[in-house]
Amino acid sequence: MLELTNIEKRFGRLQALRGVCVSAREGTIHGLIGENGAGKSTLMKVLTGFVHMTGGEIRLRGNRVHPGGPRDAMALGIGMLYQEPLDFPQLSVLENFIAGQAAYAPTAARQRLARLAQDFSFHLRADDLVGDLTVGERQQLELLRLIDGGASVLILDEPTTGISAQQQEVLFAALRRLKATGATVLLVSHKLEEIDLLCDEVTVLRHGQVVARRSRPFDRDDLLQAMFDRLPEREGAAPKAATGPALLVFDRACAGSGRAALSGLSLTISGGEIVGLAGIDGSGQNTFLKLAGGLLEPTSGETRLEGEHSGAPRRPTLGVDTVYLPADRLAEGLFPQLSLREHHLLASPGRALLTPSAGLEETSRAIAVHGIKGEAQQPVQDLSGGNQQRLLLSLIPEKTRLILMENPTRGLDVHSARSTWKLLRRRLADQGAAIVFASPDLDEVMREASRILVFAANRVVLDIPAGEASSHILSRAITGQVDAPIAP
Amino acid sequence: MSSSAPRHHFDSLAQFLLIALLALGAVSLLLLALGISPATIAITLAKGSVLSWQKFGHVLSIFTPLLLASCGLLFTFRAGLWNIGVEGQVVLGAIAATTLLRQGSLGLPPGLVLCLAMLLAFVGGGLWGALAGWLKHRGGVNEIFGGLGLNFVAQGLILWLILGPWKRAGIASMSGTDMFARELWMFTPPGWRVAPAALAIALAALLFSALLLLSTRFGLRVRAVGINPLAARLFAINPARTALAAMILGGGFAGLAGGLQVAAVYHRLLPPISSGYGYLALLVVMLANSRVAPVAPICLLFAALAAGAIQLPIALQLDSALSGVIQGSCVLSALFVHGWRQRLKGAR
Amino acid sequence: MEISLATFLAAVAAMSAPVILAALGETLTEKAGVVNLSLDGAILLSAMAGFVVATSSASLPLGFAASALTGSLVAAVLAIIGVSLHQSQVAAGFALTFLCRDLAYFLGHPYARQQGPQLTTLPLPGLADLPFIGEVLFSHSLVVYASFLAIPCCLLFLHRSRWGLMLRCAGENPEACWARGIDPNRVRFAAVVAGGALVGLAGGAFSLAVKPGWGQPQGCEGIGWIALALVIFGGWKPLRVALGAYLFAALQLLGIHFQDAFPTVPAQIFQVAPFPLMIFTLILIHASRRRRGRLNRLLAGNAPKWLGRAYRRS
Repeated sequence: MLELTNIEKRFGRLQALRGVCVSAREGTIHGLIGENGAGKSTLMKVLTGFVHMTGGEIRLRGNRVHPGGPRDAMALGIGMLYQEPLDFPQLSVLENFIAGQAAYAPTAARQRLARLAQDFSFHLRADDLVGDLTVGERQQLELLRLIDGGASVLILDEPTTGISAQQQEVLFAALRRLKATGATVLLVSHKLEEIDLLCDEVTVLRHGQVVARRSRPFDRDDLLQAMFDRLPEREGAAPKAATGPALLVFDRACAGSGRAALSGLSLTISGGEIVGLAGIDGSGQNTFLKLAGGLLEPTSGETRLEGEHSGAPRRPTLGVDTVYLPADRLAEGLFPQLSLREHHLLASPGRALLTPSAGLEETSRAIAVHGIKGEAQQPVQDLSGGNQQRLLLSLIPEKTRLILMENPTRGLDVHSARSTWKLLRRRLADQGAAIVFASPDLDEVMREASRILVFAANRVVLDIPAGEASSHILSRAITGQVDAPIAP
Repeated sequence: MSSSAPRHHFDSLAQFLLIALLALGAVSLLLLALGISPATIAITLAKGSVLSWQKFGHVLSIFTPLLLASCGLLFTFRAGLWNIGVEGQVVLGAIAATTLLRQGSLGLPPGLVLCLAMLLAFVGGGLWGALAGWLKHRGGVNEIFGGLGLNFVAQGLILWLILGPWKRAGIASMSGTDMFARELWMFTPPGWRVAPAALAIALAALLFSALLLLSTRFGLRVRAVGINPLAARLFAINPARTALAAMILGGGFAGLAGGLQVAAVYHRLLPPISSGYGYLALLVVMLANSRVAPVAPICLLFAALAAGAIQLPIALQLDSALSGVIQGSCVLSALFVHGWRQRLKGAR
Repeated sequence: MEISLATFLAAVAAMSAPVILAALGETLTEKAGVVNLSLDGAILLSAMAGFVVATSSASLPLGFAASALTGSLVAAVLAIIGVSLHQSQVAAGFALTFLCRDLAYFLGHPYARQQGPQLTTLPLPGLADLPFIGEVLFSHSLVVYASFLAIPCCLLFLHRSRWGLMLRCAGENPEACWARGIDPNRVRFAAVVAGGALVGLAGGAFSLAVKPGWGQPQGCEGIGWIALALVIFGGWKPLRVALGAYLFAALQLLGIHFQDAFPTVPAQIFQVAPFPLMIFTLILIHASRRRRGRLNRLLAGNAPKWLGRAYRRS
């Protein structure tokens, strides 16, 4: 029996987990579900010792345990399969299998690997390079490694993202087998079919708290309700549908590969629209943004910006039609040690010689207009996330027609997020630009977008005006309950 | 800003003292272990550098090329490039200047010839820098190894010239080429060790670099590329082109240092023409953390150490390499102190 | 001057011994994800330390031990700054290079041009009398035999031992290491220090065997940079790194012979030429490898993924 009681985790001011209780018996598969940011990953990291809880206790088979790091977790028999394979691509399958084991016995390990692979019907060759394997195969290898290391509690984080249907079957069979041998399996997922197929019990998390516990048989609508409960319905009228001219046209475009791939995109984005991209993280939203920004070429079909001669390479830089604001602002969008003034100078053309007061006036004006809490001469690394984001927005020139944003309010508090959106709206009204943004926060998409695209299984599965969207429709689409993609 | 600035200065000062204390402490311990009194060393170093006008002239003669090479490195370091090829760029500058100066005055006013020679030195060093930049951008060769390879090539080139085509009348010798015509020696007043014009050029280069780096759009772009090439693209800055420009300018200033060594100091080309000042400049700019303001004082300090150390073999039968030990310790201490402070900050 | 092929190859083996030791030491270091740029200075400093200790104690083993220890100490300084304190490995390496070089000249000053002990050749009984092979492989000093042995040992260590696997893991993906209960920074620290010991031995091999004696210059200046280039362009594979070292020694020897063949060209040119020649040959090989192809894939060596990056646990 694995019992988590009143687990608390605090990152600075952010309370990530609040009194979470989960208990899972041996020989069961226990599902952990919830939308992005509900606290599933943090809870699992507490279990594997990657982060330390700030309160609560963990009991394993009745004994109180305190995993201080992955090494302790391993000794306790707790093993985790990460969403992105955490392995060594340049090493062989066998080397990956034995790395971290106390004894070095390649010959014996090779035999154990072969036997385990046979037991689980995995096709793994010991001498292949792991970097040449598919994500599904890498996962299989990790699973065998954990089992070989004596793991009796296995945590799987979204194990079916990016693997083929066939591999999924093999994985499910393996999990059932593990269950039969008395292991405790924790399955983190957002796909209700998986839960239906595999789990005996389910715990639903939302905003760092347990909101529901269910046992077999599950009622999908009931689970959906719990996962997406209290989604705010739109305050006031939905923004008007697009009125402006077409800006960006996707024509049967396909792009990307692997888990980030997108296919069969045909749609048009017009001036005045705020398009929200919803879906579980990594379902193709970022590929869509990169395609829209010209950072990625379509592998087939085409994307074109209307009003510009097609074929010319586009660069989404400040000063041209399109601008692309990355989610990791400090790492990809700003110069941490440079000041606000220096950012303004870099973004706007002007004289080659810079006096100490050059750009000061414009920067001060931008600070006032955009409500940035900071001073013109301050390095931007000292600004809070919200102020960094508003600084980036203040740098976008007037003539920009298409603003693409990855997770525009990442790391911002509610107040900051609101003021950021107020600024964006104003710009939209003034210039007839279009905004396309991806957000893991469904609340934000519901609140701010005028049109919503839902991504699942490498496609756009839903494309509706925000006025017609309800939390029920969206949550069904996100969890893959749409039978066929919506035709354009 | 008003409140943070004095604290920032205080922080820098405290950090500077900490670094100096650590470096000098380590070297003193070493000397004590060898049974040498650090005080004796300090007095000897001071006597050999700052305590007489004549010796101070020698300090300035080291300061001049060191400052020029350091100015060059400021451009490349701020653009995020480890320009270890600076040594070769100094040599190429010296070679370029010599091609003109060894021809005599060619009937032109000597001042004009000297100016042209300095221009050639700048171009020669700049081209050598551009070559390393090109190798990196086009060939994917890390600038450290490209620069290193080019340093060896420059060394081979200078040896070949001195022992081959430019050999002294009669015999080829490692002592260098023939002396240039008297009128092409950069003027050095009697009793001075440094040509005032050379010193003026170095100081002008410092001012020019400071202006370019601190108050032009170009300087801002160089810094931006060095900090975050990914974000530079968002700001429509081409990182490769900016880096190449920095390499050319950096190489140019290093070349100028080489040109002045032949025109104002040795009046001929000789194999160790760079005297390792390129490498020493690397230490200067590392210690300055690529900031402009500390470069001149550090250059002066390092030059004084180098000049003072010449007295060590004479007065105390010790090797003059001690100056390098002190200089290197300073840089290591700086890295250590930076790292330690970051760790403390992270722990808090 | 005519010499036989066997004599030439024997000389190549002898000259390359320290380069091999140093380059293999750096290979271990870089496989763990750390760049130790201090090689050139570290070799010189350990050459000095080895010579001084061997001379003062009249014991060659003590001399070699001092060399290895010196190499490890220099590497430990780099590891403290670059691994434990997460500072730039490149900056620390550069500073150490110059510091070590000057320290070597300063501390070694009183011992310059003294007569010291020197490793003699030790023809292996029986084997040395074999025709051709005997002269090429079995009529050397212990240092050369050590360099022969170091190549397979290094290979076996990296690919057939638990420690070697951990070391490669730390250079490949420290985060995954941590997830498996291995502290990557500890592994890195150990690898840097162990690699430093080999670099130190290379210094001792110079001052006590290959270029016996101490002076300014000692004669091993520049070799550290060559060793560094060999590692990178040898694709982090011990065998190819060693082959590169043999190639370099052959170039140096050919230079000496060409000197006689072309008396009009100054001798110094031939002394310097192998350095740029080597670096640019390696660069060319490297550049051609970027094209795809079966042969190229076979030749390709991949840099450890986390080379030069400090690992800070989130």
